[in-house]
Amino acid sequence: MTLAPVERLKQPERSKPGEKAPPPDDARLLYTGADWDYDTVKRCHDAIQEIALGELGLDVYPNQIEVITSEQMLDAYASIGMPLLYRHWSFGKHFARDEAMYRRGMRGLAYEIVINSSPCISYIMEENSITMQALVIAHAAFGHNHFFKNNYLFQQWTDAEGILGYLDFAKAYIARCEERYGQQLVERTLDAAHALMNQGIHRYPRRRLDLQSEARREQERQEVQRQLYNDLWRTVPTKKGLKAPSDEERRRALLDLPEENLLYFLEKKAPRLAPWQREVLRIVRHVAQYFSPQRQTKVMNEGCATYVHYRIMTRLHELGRISDGAYMEFLHSHTSVVFQPSFDDPRYSGINPYALGFAMMQDIERIATNPTEEDRAWFPGYAGSGDAMAALRDAWANYRDESFILQYLSPHLMRKMRLFHLHDDSDESVYRVSAIHDERGYRRVRQQLAAQYDFSSLDPDIQITDVDLAGDRRLILEHKVQKGVLLAEEDAKAVLQHVANLWGYDVLLFENDDAGNTLRKLTVPARTILLAE
Amino acid sequence: MSSMIIVDRRSNPKGKSLANRQRFIRRAKEQILRAVNGASSNRRIKDVESGADISIPTGGISEPTFHRSGQGGIRDHVVPGNKEFMEGDTIAKPPGGGGAGRGNEGSPDGGGEDEFRFVLTREEFMDLFMEDLELPDLAKRKLKAADAVLWQRAGYSSSGSPTNLNLVRTMRNSLSRRIALKRPKTEEMLALEAEIAELEAQPGKDPDRLMELRGLLERQVLRSKRIPYIDPIDVRYNRFTPIPKPAAQAVMFCLMDVSGSMTEHMKDLAKRFFMLLYLFLTRRYKQVEVVFIRHTHEAEEVDEDTFFHSTETGGTMVSTALEEMKRIIKERYPVADWNIYGAQASDGDNTTSDGGRTAALLEHDLLPACQYYAYVEVGSDPDSMPAGFATHARETDLWRTYKQITGTETPFVMKKVRHRREIYPVFRELFARDGAKQSEEATP
Repeated sequence: MTLAPVERLKQPERSKPGEKAPPPDDARLLYTGADWDYDTVKRCHDAIQEIALGELGLDVYPNQIEVITSEQMLDAYASIGMPLLYRHWSFGKHFARDEAMYRRGMRGLAYEIVINSSPCISYIMEENSITMQALVIAHAAFGHNHFFKNNYLFQQWTDAEGILGYLDFAKAYIARCEERYGQQLVERTLDAAHALMNQGIHRYPRRRLDLQSEARREQERQEVQRQLYNDLWRTVPTKKGLKAPSDEERRRALLDLPEENLLYFLEKKAPRLAPWQREVLRIVRHVAQYFSPQRQTKVMNEGCATYVHYRIMTRLHELGRISDGAYMEFLHSHTSVVFQPSFDDPRYSGINPYALGFAMMQDIERIATNPTEEDRAWFPGYAGSGDAMAALRDAWANYRDESFILQYLSPHLMRKMRLFHLHDDSDESVYRVSAIHDERGYRRVRQQLAAQYDFSSLDPDIQITDVDLAGDRRLILEHKVQKGVLLAEEDAKAVLQHVANLWGYDVLLFENDDAGNTLRKLTVPARTILLAE
Repeated sequence: MSSMIIVDRRSNPKGKSLANRQRFIRRAKEQILRAVNGASSNRRIKDVESGADISIPTGGISEPTFHRSGQGGIRDHVVPGNKEFMEGDTIAKPPGGGGAGRGNEGSPDGGGEDEFRFVLTREEFMDLFMEDLELPDLAKRKLKAADAVLWQRAGYSSSGSPTNLNLVRTMRNSLSRRIALKRPKTEEMLALEAEIAELEAQPGKDPDRLMELRGLLERQVLRSKRIPYIDPIDVRYNRFTPIPKPAAQAVMFCLMDVSGSMTEHMKDLAKRFFMLLYLFLTRRYKQVEVVFIRHTHEAEEVDEDTFFHSTETGGTMVSTALEEMKRIIKERYPVADWNIYGAQASDGDNTTSDGGRTAALLEHDLLPACQYYAYVEVGSDPDSMPAGFATHARETDLWRTYKQITGTETPFVMKKVRHRREIYPVFRELFARDGAKQSEEATP
């Protein structure tokens, strides 16, 4: 699965806690030294909470902080950060890879994992120093927590109260299916569903999700089925000579086509799936939907959490509640988290969401409290309003990455980060710099950067457009090709194979450009490996 | 003020992802097995034992998704760190790049990986490595002396040492006896005493009642004295019974010809074979001892280092080594107590006159004592030989000698190995579950 994992704060190469100046005799200090215990963690949490709720005006779910070992952290990683996700080999694979990389020192462990649930669960690792624990609490338990609770996408698409209960149900349900229908069949169904996870998301709201009632709903459905069952139906003779095939319009209306949520369509309409397989698809779909806001708010979510932890730790230091040494340790981690190498740096691997997010939040603070003439012209809404937190809370609540960047990225920051737009046409032998951080380029750079975080750049636009009901029941999909970039063929074929297995009949994918010309056609015949006897 | 909860999860059971890991290994088993076999033929066996870094092709374990290809079309990137570019500037594409995206864009999670690398634990590795192998003839597991006794719980007894007292049983018996014999309860007696004390405190209030109560109390005290709280017949002890423990111990004899004709390559092959056998035995037996015997025209027992590394010169008399083995068995490893395995490696040279004696020693003295005896004939590396020169070598002296023994109902096998990649297959052949004679009561 290529889900955006739960938010992680990366560990810098190797921070060395511990070596600190001798404890000053200031009674206001929350702690001295590097070791932590429950009392200090609690003290830190209370001090942080005072600042977060009092001074920053954050609004959070109740917090639950869980202490785990590094091995458990790896465990949690493997199952996309969820503590009780169902069992599947791919999680074992991720664990094996993460572990190998961790052992070889190629990758540091995250300091924390935070779960969008109520109570909001943050994991902290026992190996970390108390300064790091304070940082994690400020970052996850208040920064991310506030974002989860207030951002409109999370409010619309996730159910923080219900998620843990739902995962419980999902795990038990899939375990039961494995018992009843065999591990292999369940595994294959899950494989197919996972391949379509990114195409299993509703993009536009339909109804409020209520995960708590999911388990009940499934039971009720089974009960109704049981009650309605009548063996007589089996003996009713089938109608001879079906009506002439309805026209395309009618058929598509009947099937609610086109449909971009492939998992949803297959769950509802695939003719040959067993009821439990539909439920499995549904579970995977819900998990994908639960994570979809995180994929769309990476920059904002991290920016929010990083800004919050920076404000809080700085405030704690100002108040004399943490020592200079602890503050230096914090700054060391903080700066390595928000480090953004230039494009020509060997360490460059795209824009660091922490760096961009944090810089934008600081920029908003600057514009609200100390704007220049340019800022006033660009952001008349809040420039000079004096209340940075109000502006930030408003942004955190009402935007996702794409709209946030489009709305808030300032010329000042573009100059500071020296952003420029590079145009790469495969027919040309050169890259073109089509906009830079100057008067003519600001808007274009901003638009392009925002577009990078849009749905359409995250996932290719693939829809189910038709089913050949009259003929061989072939399922027809369309990929709306943007800018001439086709799908990676090998993977696309493998995924189509999964689609065909779920659908039960052949699958055909057209890759069409804007004008409707077909650039490529992929056909995959169905295999019957998913059909139970 | 804090509504925060801290939960310590550190003591939660470890390896929550174990089930996932097992599923993953089962899923990728075929590839992993191939990689394990590859690892074992290319690496030092010693390294193999410590688990392994395994790298397998992503074939059966890929997780495909719909994503855009890295090639073709038009791409737009916004990147940081502009130093000298102005709008309209062009940058030459790196040769061969063919319009691929910059940085990591365009290749989503894991899309570009060809090989999947991870670490197998020692257990997992050995499980796969030794899969389908079986030690032949495990039948002999004679009971050793008294020290190999396992004590096992076996119900209760009415006699025993105080440390084995079973309190629950004892009290249960005591309770039922007290109920059956109507021993007065302490509370009842206390209540009586209290009532008496109350009446005594107000003299003359109800003398008859007082009298009656006193009589009752006296009877009860008497009764409780006659019926003890715990009687010796209540007492129960945990009973333990000795179960003779099978002496699952083995000794492995490594015999090797170290005369001048044995090249480093041959010794290396032999070593690999011995190591494999050792690993295999350690998985089957708790305790495995190894005896190294090297021989030229005379044999001696040596330590491991000398065995593999020092060179000797001299003729070749295989019988001397067998003689030495026989002597050591007699002295230190009584056949009744030990599972004896023999492994011999040689280039096949032997003094012609020694043939009869060697065969006789093996057949009449050693094989009856051994669980299994394997002879591996190591040859020169066929790859390093001039073409047309090697391969169909004639049968060696020792091979001819031993050939008379195989085929009969003896725990004896012989194989030829020329290249290190053949070691593992040959080893598997020797111990393959079906190939070897199975004993009725296998498994240690």
